[in-house]
Amino acid sequence: MHRTRTWKLGLLTSLIAAVAACGGSTAAPDSTATAGTTAPSGGEITLYSGRSEELIADLLTDFTATTGIKVNARYGDSGETAALLLTEGSNSPADVFLSQDAGALGAVRESFSTLPDTTLDKVDANYRDAEGKWTGVSGRVRVIVYNPNVVNSPPSSIDELLDPKWSGQVGFPPTNASWQSFVTGLRVLRGEDGAKKWLTAFAANKPVAYEKNSAVRDAVNSGEVALGLVNHYYLYEKIAAEGADAVKAKNQYLGGGDPGGLVNVAGVGILKNANNSSAAQVFVDYLLSTEGQAYFSDKTFEYLLVKGETQAADLPALSDLGAPAIDLSDLKSIEITQELLQQVGLLTK
Amino acid sequence: MMTTKRAPRAQVVPAVIVAGASLSPIAYLVVQSTSRGVRPFVDEIIQQRTAELLTRSLLLCASVTVAAVIIGVFAAWVTTLAGLRGKVAWTVLFSMPLAIPSYISAFTWVSWMPSLSGFAGAFIVLTFACFPYVMLPVMAVFSRIDPSHEEVAMSLGRSPLITFFVVTLPQARRATLSGALLVALYVLGDFGAVAVMRHEVFTWVIYGAYRSGFNPTRAASLSLVLLVLALALTAAESQARGKQDKGVSPVRTLLRSGQSLAKVRALAAAVSTVIIIPSVGVPVISVVSWLQRESTRRVDTSDVVSSAMTSFGIGVAAALFCLLAALPVALMSVRHPSRLSRMLSAATYVTHSLPALVIGISVVYLGIRAVTPLYQELPMLVFAHVILFIPAMVTTLETAIEKSPVRLEEISASLGSSSVATFIRVTLPLALPGLLAGSALTMLAAVKELPASLLLLPTGWDTLSTDVWRFAAVSDYAAVAPPAITIIVLAAVPTAILGALSSIKFKSDS
Repeated sequence: MHRTRTWKLGLLTSLIAAVAACGGSTAAPDSTATAGTTAPSGGEITLYSGRSEELIADLLTDFTATTGIKVNARYGDSGETAALLLTEGSNSPADVFLSQDAGALGAVRESFSTLPDTTLDKVDANYRDAEGKWTGVSGRVRVIVYNPNVVNSPPSSIDELLDPKWSGQVGFPPTNASWQSFVTGLRVLRGEDGAKKWLTAFAANKPVAYEKNSAVRDAVNSGEVALGLVNHYYLYEKIAAEGADAVKAKNQYLGGGDPGGLVNVAGVGILKNANNSSAAQVFVDYLLSTEGQAYFSDKTFEYLLVKGETQAADLPALSDLGAPAIDLSDLKSIEITQELLQQVGLLTK
Repeated sequence: MMTTKRAPRAQVVPAVIVAGASLSPIAYLVVQSTSRGVRPFVDEIIQQRTAELLTRSLLLCASVTVAAVIIGVFAAWVTTLAGLRGKVAWTVLFSMPLAIPSYISAFTWVSWMPSLSGFAGAFIVLTFACFPYVMLPVMAVFSRIDPSHEEVAMSLGRSPLITFFVVTLPQARRATLSGALLVALYVLGDFGAVAVMRHEVFTWVIYGAYRSGFNPTRAASLSLVLLVLALALTAAESQARGKQDKGVSPVRTLLRSGQSLAKVRALAAAVSTVIIIPSVGVPVISVVSWLQRESTRRVDTSDVVSSAMTSFGIGVAAALFCLLAALPVALMSVRHPSRLSRMLSAATYVTHSLPALVIGISVVYLGIRAVTPLYQELPMLVFAHVILFIPAMVTTLETAIEKSPVRLEEISASLGSSSVATFIRVTLPLALPGLLAGSALTMLAAVKELPASLLLLPTGWDTLSTDVWRFAAVSDYAAVAPPAITIIVLAAVPTAILGALSSIKFKSDS
């Protein structure tokens, strides 16, 4: 990649020299157009990834080693990437979109082709698009992380968080996408008025804002606050890094369809206008293979969504969680969520 | 000195093409915002929340502008009339905020004071980032002020402070206003600081509509409102500015007598230090201290070098193509003034008020449809940078070309030289300093630029600014530090030279 870059910069420099020598034509150079697109077809896909390079670069290397298919990955925030796909329209160079959350997949679902049943059947119907436009790859559960030294019986529903005894004791990450997805889920489950009512009461109970999920978890672990609203895997990351004995915090899973126990997924879809949809299909199937699933299980402590795959971490079974029933594509209305959060004073000041 | 001769086709054709290209983002905005018809567009805009957004944006814009004018005028006074020692050093220090991108400065504040956000955060970051835009033009006026007016006022018993406000400051009215306009437009178009501080002004809401609302129509409609707002500000400024500043005379300033000013100078030095600490001290010290933090990733020197090379290469390309694009427009507007040439020059200026994010989105939208093979290739990113930075380049070139007397060109032509030969042998050498300064500033701006780079960089490439953004998004400040420091160092060198040169130039005038 670095060699290509040096080569292209060199080309650009010589173009500049050439244009300068010609005495100032403003025409845009077009000879770089073919640079880098000379690889044989069938062996290459362009992946737009809402998951970070740090997280999935090794997975892509394994994929290429196994299948011989080269991956050009463009990394970005999931929402930004979805918006970019929508702006690009049918000319997009992307073959596959791997998103961090379901909302961004829902936003571009019209641009996806329908996945084959053999692929879809691997995943529980709750964790993929109703019409098969995209499928979840790994899952995460919203939990209340708590410090047992401070709290004897943690709340078993988000409504208990509104009790004045938790005033100033609940940490949350206002800008985090997973927190905002939880609020979107709350809107979908309880309606706009119901969500606003809960958020207004939550804001009145003086929750403590942190920069990100891991900061909330650390504040709970140190006893700075008693409770925190995060995804389940932040606890396991800390245990993996510091050892089980060093970590005091525990996860409280909210059952009974409570909105606070939302299961969101990271998922994938293939673009209708993919240049190489067969290789893209190979990639999607790889993510759902035992190898691909094991990668997420070991590296991110997320839930595996493929039936029959066994979880590495000691997690309660997904089917026992009592998560709320929701069409995950409905999580795309993030902007309305953000406006609501602004209104109740939980996002901006 | 007007040449009524019509502009040669060799200038008109490229100038028209460049002006057309500069207006292309606006064409996109109009198409996108009315894609569901004019009525939905009007409904989108005529809403309570638009009024609130407008109020918030104008409030931030006005507060930062007022504060930046106060600090900027003070800094200009310190570096010219106050008679402090080390004028050059003070000028360089006061110019340094220009080398620090607003998003880096905002990250440093947040990492230092995590509770800082909203209006207060955006106000602090933007004020300390923007005051040099007022300082530099006002310095130019102060250093040429005729001291006899002040002396008359003081001999009539006015205190130095009253003299400054009644006599000195009004002479810099025009320069202050033009600096204030630059600040106001900067604040309206800035994304980095308001995004980091989570202050819901136009750029943040436009970004939200695009990124979280998946609603490009709303993003485009709000961009048009922002554009109109910026144009109104520009028009208001040129109304208020009127003609030349009064009292700026070529009389050489005498060295000022120092005795009565000793206390004032000590105070001025103290206040200056208080300004330098938040504007330069906090960002630089924070960024350096990040190096000590723990990182979850290993940052290889080779990665930073590779990103720096990319940034530098793109910066050079942006500067060169911007220069080539601006040249026909500037030549035409100076040498062949006409309604057409004024329109072309104004056309390149219009997009100055659009946020880089909006220009980036329009280039994505138009570029992928018009020239698909070039999409996500360097030329398209360079094209976006040319649109972004051409206004400053045209203005700089116009000033530079005006310095080359038209008579010399006529003599050259009468001796049988072609117009190209005349340009290369006569006009170019005389305009060279301005041309180089404009190119250096464009390069700097391209290195600092973030939103268009994020959208248009070839897949798999990184620049220093995208590295900073990527690592800061996951709060990995240890990994942010190397690219951020590299940007600041890269930008500080030309900024320091610019500051030192303006200080030395003004000193030799006096």
